[in-house]
Amino acid sequence: MIWGSMETFLAMGGYAFYVWGSYGMAIVLLAGEILLVVGRRRTTLRRLSLTRRMTAKDRNETAA
Amino acid sequence: MVPQKINWFKYSSPATFYFLAGKMIPWFAGAAVAFFAWGLYLGFFAAPTDAQQGEAYRIIFLHVPAAWMSMFIYVVMAGWAGLGLVLNTRLSSMMASALAPTGAMFTFLALWSGALWGKPTWGAYWVWDARLTSELILLFLYIGFMSLQATIEDPRRADRAGAVLALVGVVNVPIIYFSVRWWNTLHQGASVSLTQAPAMAAVMLQGMLVMALACWMYSIAVVLARVRCIILERERHSAWVAEFLEGERQ
Repeated sequence: MIWGSMETFLAMGGYAFYVWGSYGMAIVLLAGEILLVVGRRRTTLRRLSLTRRMTAKDRNETAA
Repeated sequence: MVPQKINWFKYSSPATFYFLAGKMIPWFAGAAVAFFAWGLYLGFFAAPTDAQQGEAYRIIFLHVPAAWMSMFIYVVMAGWAGLGLVLNTRLSSMMASALAPTGAMFTFLALWSGALWGKPTWGAYWVWDARLTSELILLFLYIGFMSLQATIEDPRRADRAGAVLALVGVVNVPIIYFSVRWWNTLHQGASVSLTQAPAMAAVMLQGMLVMALACWMYSIAVVLARVRCIILERERHSAWVAEFLEGERQ
């Protein structure tokens, strides 16, 4: 372990703001992108099955 | 024996690719997690403090891979878009659209981490230097590509318009890459060159390459996940999607 303690690790030799600011933004962006894609998949699936059911219902009603 | 011919066009069918991509995503996502863990270990625990820059240099393990990805994804995106334009293959254009947000994200990350690295080493977050300016133009190209596609209703027309923009913008990539050589810039020269011995400690180089691999794996996983959404949206009127949705509900 080159840091000795958690404090020195977090302090980054006085560059904490710059180092953690960079890596922190990376975490925010990657996590955000993953959440957006997962959300998009959910919305797409929900919307598609909804329109499918609605058109199926329409067809049944016109048939009857 | 007649050699078996692989029908590559089979994989250009969105229906086939949708399920193939679904199988591939967990592997790339797993590889991304493993490479990120290894790369961060190398970058924060194995690599020693830099004699000149102290700990601030550790931004390199994020900044350089992000900058590489920003340029590489753009070239791949323009390639797919161009292929879609020439061969009129739907899936190629969908791949281009799926790549753009990830490319833009890495471009922003490269600029952001670069600004936070520039402040302690150059004394400024931003300078209008050739490397920085051309990278900012890359971000605008990604944003332009996405907004252009978003404003055109017909997806095939959006594909073609986006492809033209992406192909024209590709000239910017060599400008970014060679900017540090062509102009006298504040930005340092290339960190890794094929023709010269690396100018940095082996463990630093290794950490950077592992982080780059992690970004690659991450990009492949997230782009495949996004292209699956695009495929479903665009192919929603096809029989296979109807069949697939029927299966999902049970």
